[in-house]
Amino acid sequence: MEVLLAIVIGTLYAAGIFMILRRSLVRLIIGLILLGNGANLLIFLLGRIAKGKPPLIPEDANFMTAAYADPIPQALILTAIVISFGLQAFAIVLVKRAYRVVKTDDIDQMNATDDV
Amino acid sequence: MLIALLFPFLAAALLALPVREKRDLIVRLSALVPLGLLSFFIYNSQQTPTMQRNAWLRDMPVSLDLYFDGLSFLFILLITGIGTAIFVYAGAYMKGHAYSQRLMAFLMLFMGAMLGVVLSDNLIALFVFWELTSISSFFLIGFNNENEASRKSALTALAVTGSGGLVMLIGFIGLGEVAGTYSIQEIIAQRDAVVNHTAYGWITGLILFGAITKSAQFPFHFWLPGAMKAPTPVSAYLHSATMVKAGIYLIARLTPALGDTPFWNQTLLVLGGVTMLYAAFQSLFHKDMKSILAYSTVSALGILVFLLGIGTSASILAASVFILVHGLYKATLFLVTGIVDHETGSRDVSQLSGLRKVMLPVAIAGLLAAISNAGIPPSFGFIGKDLIYEATELKGHLLTALAVLTNIFLLVAGFLAGWKPFAGPLQPEHQKVHLPEMAMWLPPLLLASLGILFGLFPQLIEKTIVAPVFQSISGTAFTGHLALWHGFNFVLLLSSITIVGGLVLYFIIKPSTALNSFIVKSEKFGPKVILTGIANGFDLFARLYTKFFQNGYLRYYIIFIMLTLIGLLGFEMWHYTTLETNNRLATEVTFYEGVTIFILLVSVVIIVFSQSRLASVAALGVMGLAICIVFVFYSAPDLAMTQFTIDTLTVILFVLVLYKLPKFIPLRFTPHHIRDAVIALGFGALISILTLEVLTKNVNREISEFYAANSYVLAKGKNVVNVILVDFRGADTIVEIAVLSIAAIGVFSLLKLRLPKKERIE
Amino acid sequence: MRTLILQTASKYLLPLLLLFSIFILLRGHYLPGGGFVGGLIASIAFILHAFANGLPQTRNLMRIHPGFLMPVGLGLSFLSGLFPMFLNRPFMTGIWFAEKVAVIGSIGTALFFDIGVYLVVIGASLTIIFTISESN
Repeated sequence: MEVLLAIVIGTLYAAGIFMILRRSLVRLIIGLILLGNGANLLIFLLGRIAKGKPPLIPEDANFMTAAYADPIPQALILTAIVISFGLQAFAIVLVKRAYRVVKTDDIDQMNATDDV
Repeated sequence: MLIALLFPFLAAALLALPVREKRDLIVRLSALVPLGLLSFFIYNSQQTPTMQRNAWLRDMPVSLDLYFDGLSFLFILLITGIGTAIFVYAGAYMKGHAYSQRLMAFLMLFMGAMLGVVLSDNLIALFVFWELTSISSFFLIGFNNENEASRKSALTALAVTGSGGLVMLIGFIGLGEVAGTYSIQEIIAQRDAVVNHTAYGWITGLILFGAITKSAQFPFHFWLPGAMKAPTPVSAYLHSATMVKAGIYLIARLTPALGDTPFWNQTLLVLGGVTMLYAAFQSLFHKDMKSILAYSTVSALGILVFLLGIGTSASILAASVFILVHGLYKATLFLVTGIVDHETGSRDVSQLSGLRKVMLPVAIAGLLAAISNAGIPPSFGFIGKDLIYEATELKGHLLTALAVLTNIFLLVAGFLAGWKPFAGPLQPEHQKVHLPEMAMWLPPLLLASLGILFGLFPQLIEKTIVAPVFQSISGTAFTGHLALWHGFNFVLLLSSITIVGGLVLYFIIKPSTALNSFIVKSEKFGPKVILTGIANGFDLFARLYTKFFQNGYLRYYIIFIMLTLIGLLGFEMWHYTTLETNNRLATEVTFYEGVTIFILLVSVVIIVFSQSRLASVAALGVMGLAICIVFVFYSAPDLAMTQFTIDTLTVILFVLVLYKLPKFIPLRFTPHHIRDAVIALGFGALISILTLEVLTKNVNREISEFYAANSYVLAKGKNVVNVILVDFRGADTIVEIAVLSIAAIGVFSLLKLRLPKKERIE
Repeated sequence: MRTLILQTASKYLLPLLLLFSIFILLRGHYLPGGGFVGGLIASIAFILHAFANGLPQTRNLMRIHPGFLMPVGLGLSFLSGLFPMFLNRPFMTGIWFAEKVAVIGSIGTALFFDIGVYLVVIGASLTIIFTISESN
């Protein structure tokens, strides 16, 4: 499964980079989302994956005894997911606004900021 | 002493304050500052050498220790003594000028910086003041900032002296590290260790580079003639007495520490020799008084470097005297030039003549300075020239011949600038020219008279100035005597040859446009052109570089970053990746997992290749859900819940704005796409391999184990992820929710806030 | 999307989902859940309501602009971190009441911290979504 997940991560990165190399702003944002998900999975996988062992302390114990999934990557990813939502929203609105101002979503035509 | 040093800086700040009335008065009163400093240092000169310790940066070897000895005293005399004359003169010269205050403030700043250079015992502090002189002289040279040539000269001067200073800093640091101390006096105390160190050559070379750029030695001399664009008082101050002498000061100051080695002596000898002859020769071809003076100054600086390069006690004595001689007559000549320029509006020696009839005191000052410059007895210059010949005479005929030739040329230059404008018949258009106020003609006259006075009574300065300087540079006590008359000897013969030869040449040479254009043409092959060429080359390179890498196309930026990353990562992985598999990679794949991964991959493909935005967004949602399921499989219920809700919100977000957004630019397969695909796939593959590689290694779970063991004991929580978020790493979480809030505020302000009409760009 | 069924359903779904979100929030210290997830669920509840009844209705229902929840939540989180400092403890030290309560478990500063997170997440996500849909 690790090998499969590694391939998935690679695919997400590749897709993300391919998308941010496009000229369309919307694709750029989708590319960012793909990269974000790839990074999340990467962190998740590198913390080692384990089945059926959530990092919860059993009700009758005061600390964890058996093997458990690493809680640190999970805490990292949890905030990353929420923040990336904020980032996406901001990026989308920025695109929308930019589109309204310069009347194009072609990044190549947006670099002449001085003319606007 | 520290207060005295900081006083000019305070005065400069005060002078820069804008005032509406009595500006001329304030500007004139500023001359009291150098005068006060002059008296202060003369009063304190009895107790030399003294060291005053002042802490500056405690944890670094940087202090404001001040060392006041004979050498410092000589330069302080030049800085404050000639400074007083200049300030008085400038007060009159700049009368009524709108920015006179600014000029005086910069002059004051410059004076403070120069004092700092000659008083600092710490190399780093010396460097700071050194660069401060470069910066303040930049403003002084470029004072007429509406004039393009002036700005250009200021930049050239700053570029040459500033970069020289930076190179010198490297040398200073090397010296400090080798000696283990940044105090010049302590370095002198362990000269042997420094001179025998393997890095000696480098250190000396770097430091000398700084000194020769500052002192305008060949091939870096060109900034000095260019700096003549400055107002004349500035030229007189910076280029006769102070700034350019800073390099000489540094060489003299470090002679006991680094000097007296073949490398040191030969470098200085060659540089000084070439500079003095080349510049003296050049000075003959100019007709602008300031240009003549500029080249003769470069030549005089060459002589000083040359003398320090000889390194015998005779030459050091000659240098000590010549510094003073030159300061006196050159400042006079500059000031005289300034008066002529100020009153007639011309500095062209081929046009000016007979001005003695309208401004006699100025003419006397010019003549006296020219005499001192020529070394005609009984001037102080005669003593100086004698000493130079005595020094070279011991070193063979070649050096002596060089010195004689240089002095002949310099003599001509001195008379051209100091006497030519006053001799002969008065030009009709200058009939109405009149003598300026006393504050302008008295300073040059005084300085010129001093040049004669010291010649007649050398004992005035023998014990007070020359002997301590000699002591500082050579480390041994001065035993000789300064005198005008040494009897009939070889040196007297040389002096006579110089005077006669120079006077003959003076009557032969007639400055003219033809001569001038000849030298201008020859300069096309000079070092200035080469160095400007190098500078322009840099400029061009920078522009091409920027155009190539900073081209304004986002995707090229990304491509460059990615290619670099692929290159570095790939190189590293090529060497260290083993590509082995072990049981850490062997979690088995169940049917459901396989299906989830499959769905995930398919949705990614749809996202990338779909031509429809809606399909892309839908696939994005599917992908998020698949990831969510992966989290469920692998024991991350919190993540799964968060991913699920965020996924929902993301899709809602896209759907809300989708119809307001542009349609996709159709995806066609072009070479660009193939290139991008190769880069993207390459990077993805690297990431995959990297991931697998990391997975085969052991993981450090110390921190996780701490959280797992203590989350209930310390934080009374059983969901470890949540405990980390709200307790162990709560401070991080606060910042994260702050970021989220900022994003929301950003969205709100982007959509809701409207600029006032005039600022709108829509 | 203003179908009758959804409108009717959302009337009941909103309080239910909100209740659920609070439940998720409170149990977060012991079981999967917490401020982030709870807040997201609550905002989805409001968004659902807005889809069914129109944004103005939801706005009326909420009375205040969701943006105000952000400073309130940030302040609450910050104060709960600051609180131990009044008792001469370092910043962010957890402090609990002795008695336990059902579902929530021990009540302590960490709980108030999580409630702050909950409020900020609701505030931020609703501000984003509402602003965007209003600007259409």
